[in-house]
This record gives sequence, structure tokens and C-alpha cells, in this order.
Amino acid sequence: MSEEKIIEVKSLTKKFREFTAVHNISFEVHKGQIFGFLGPNGAGKSTTIKILTTLLHPNSGKILVDGKNPVTQPNEVRKAFGIVFQDPSLDDELTAWENMEFHGVLYSIPKQLRRQRMEQLLKIVELWARKDELVKRFSGGMKRRLEIARGLMHHPKILFLDEPTLGLDPQTRNNIWEHIKELNKKEGVTVFFTTHYMEEAQRVANYICIIDRGKIIAKGTSAELKKKTKTKSLEDAFIKLTGRNIREEEATPLDNLRMRRRVWGRRR
Amino acid sequence: MKTVYMLWLRQLKRHFRSKSRIIGSLGQPILFLVALGFGFGPIYQKAGGGNYIQFLTPGIIAMSTLFTATFMGIELIWDKEFGFLKETLVAPVSRFKIMLGRTLGGATVAVLQGLIVFLISLFIGFRPNLVALPLAILFLALIAIIFTALGTAIAAKMEDMHGFQLIINFLIMPLFFLSGAIFPMNGVAKEIKYIVLINPLTHGVEGLRASLTGTLGLGVTVDLIILIGVALLFVGIGSYLFSKVEV
Repeated sequence: MSEEKIIEVKSLTKKFREFTAVHNISFEVHKGQIFGFLGPNGAGKSTTIKILTTLLHPNSGKILVDGKNPVTQPNEVRKAFGIVFQDPSLDDELTAWENMEFHGVLYSIPKQLRRQRMEQLLKIVELWARKDELVKRFSGGMKRRLEIARGLMHHPKILFLDEPTLGLDPQTRNNIWEHIKELNKKEGVTVFFTTHYMEEAQRVANYICIIDRGKIIAKGTSAELKKKTKTKSLEDAFIKLTGRNIREEEATPLDNLRMRRRVWGRRR
Repeated sequence: MKTVYMLWLRQLKRHFRSKSRIIGSLGQPILFLVALGFGFGPIYQKAGGGNYIQFLTPGIIAMSTLFTATFMGIELIWDKEFGFLKETLVAPVSRFKIMLGRTLGGATVAVLQGLIVFLISLFIGFRPNLVALPLAILFLALIAIIFTALGTAIAAKMEDMHGFQLIINFLIMPLFFLSGAIFPMNGVAKEIKYIVLINPLTHGVEGLRASLTGTLGLGVTVDLIILIGVALLFVGIGSYLFSKVEV
């Protein structure tokens, strides 16, 4: 890990009308780090990721991703990262193979390398045998795996993973993290991830940032956080820092639509 | 260029893989063609208008393209909802290219739907002049591009599918009825005549009808120029609104 900073965030604030999702947060991520961004539901994790990945514009604050500003140089920033979103972003009407191919073309990966990586990754997530099936026939777990395989295709400088392993069995989770760690070691890919599995964060992250109600409340290595809160595990430290209350998330119209689709989708 | 092609191809694959979609979008135009064609045919003839099928068919072909195109544009909402839009928006590709690929893909599908209706109409007695068929396809393509871009522009501003019926009933349907697609607009009141004239679909239907059944004259050139202008304008507006989309 070097001292060079690849993500710098200073006094970032994002409001949705009256609601402040992210309030004056600052942090930095070093090159080659595996950075865990933790927090309860609705803490502002996904909003922060969306701002870093050019999908949302901040109200104020200074951000540099790979030395570039996501607001003024979105295309430069987009070249530097890859992302696995929290919610689905596959095309259900295309096959697994076509989804991968589409991604490869969007990121202008040369054909030979593209095909080679598609095969390698589809084998890692154990979808190679079903590559020509339409994604809408896949189970939730299979879609998740495909999504991760796709996100890993173009070996970016920074990899954003928004709750990547949610709903996956331990075997798959392990395989995927092995592959991500290898990318991190061999190619120096910086990993920025969120998760609700504290044990997972403790195992893979070499730096952790905890956000709650839009504010950063603690930073440090897993050991430092445990020491600071005088607890034995990261999970205890996390609960001590963020409290025991369960958080409500406000639903947007899009969330409502997605929810409806999930409900109706089960009938098939 | 490769990315525009990829987005174009995706729109085609999505549409033509779903048989229910193709048949579903053919149902309405065929119903209109048969019901109106045979229902109003005798009256139209008595009123001295000639063969109604000859008059009606170009209008119904335009209608099929109009609805498919608008829907292909508005479908952007589904991509927002299913999340696929994010995948394209974080890629290092300019939003203009994304918009262009989507629009050309949607427009291609709409033109093909129009051509399918054209082929079916031959079986119920439509006798076109095939010499100007390429010109007819050009008019169809312009209608398709204009309304795919319009649909995209609307979808970029919409948050969910609730507004869809609103758009169809208060924008697309009136544009369709005031375009001269199913009845001649010569005799209408002056105030309505203005609406008819600024309606881009009027010029699309007129151009299509002239190239399939009528005589080509100065009017067709004017229609063509107007449609190209509107197409450029709408693609411009669509791209601008699309570039502002946040998810």
C-alpha cells in the first residue's frame, strides 16, 4: 500500500430537498487499499458512492477520484473505476454472455482479452454452463454473481462494491473475495466496499470508515476501532458506535416501483 | 461507434425476442385498419373520397410507427427501474452516444413495425405505388426518430410509469387524431388547422401518403424539410435532458 491518495473527499454535503443524506464528510482512500465503508441502513453509504461514481451531483465539497473531479470531468473519472451496484443493473432480456459482452464493449476492452476474461470470470462465479440463458431465468443469487463477474471485467484502478455479497452463500462469498484480493495484490486495484457483514469487513478491509446519519463517526483499522471502543469484535464496536436503534429508510418513487416489481415478480 | 452499435443492437434484440411484444403492438393498427377500413369505407366512397383503404393505410402505418417509437423512448423508465441505466451511465462513454444508440435502435424497431403493418395491409386490399417506397421509408424513419427522441425526453423527466397513460392520452392520441391519419383535415375549423399544421405527425403522414399513393410535388419537399428540422431539434432536446439524468 502506498501513501498516494486515490480518493479524496473534503466537506462533502448532499441534500435531497430538506433531507441531508450526507453531511460535511471528509475521508481519503490510499492507492491499493481495501477500504471498508460501513454504516447502518440509510446512513449515506450509497449516496456517497453515487457521488463518487458521477451518478449524483453533490451540493458542496471537494472530491477527487484518481486526481479528477467527478462533477467537471465525469468521463475521466468513469475511466478509472468499476462498480458493482447494491441493486440489480443487469438487462434481464439479454443472456449472461450478452450482458458481459455489452459491458466489455462499453469499456472498450479489446475483443481477445474481453473473451478471455469473460470465460475466466463466468467460470469463477460458476455461470459458464448457463452463459447463453436469458438473465430473467436466473435466481437472485445467480444474478448477483453475474453482476460481480461483470464488474470485475475491466480491471479498473478503483473498484466500488456496494454490498456485493448480500444474499450469497459462504462458498460463493469466499470465491469472490479471493478473486478480489488477488486483483488487489497483483494489479494494485483499490477496493472501496460497503457491507453489513462485520465479520467480512474485519477479515478483508485494511482500513474502515464508519458513517451514521450522514456523518463520519469513526475511522481506523479494525484493530484500532476495537481498541477505541474497548470491544472484542468489529460487530460490537460497530453497535457501540452507532447505537441499537433500527433505521428507517425513506423510499423514493423508484424504490416503490422496484418493490412492486419484486412482489409481482414472485408470481412467475 | 462500436458502443452506438451495441446499444442499437440491444434495443432490437429486446424487441424481437419477445413475440408477445411484436404481436401486441401489431394488434391495435390491424384492428384500426380493419374496423375503420371496412366500417367507414362505404361512407367515404359515398362522400366522394374514393377508396378509403388507399387513404387510411398510410395513416395506420404512421400510427404503428408513432406508438412503437414513443414506447421505445419511454421505455427508458424501465431501464431506470430495472437498474440497467446505471450500468450505461457509469461507463466511460459520452451520454450523447448512449442517447444516439438508444434512439436509433428504438427508431429502427418502430420503422420495422410500420413495415410489417404495410405488408399486412397488402392483404386487405391496399395497392401502393412501389416506385417511391424508399421515400416512404425515409418518412417513416423520420417519424420514428422524432417520437423515439420525444419519448426519451419525457422519460428522462419522469420518475415512474404512472405518467405513461397521461402522455398517451393527452399527447400522443391528440397528435394522432389531428394529423390527418384517419380522416382528411381539409374542412376543419381555422383554429384547429393551426394545430394540425404545427403537428410534426401531419407532415409525416402527408409525406408517407404522397409517396405511397399520391403524386410527388412541392408539398413533399416541404414536409421532408420540416421533419428533418423537428428530428434534429427533438434529438437535441432529448440528448440534453438525458445528459441531466440522475439515478
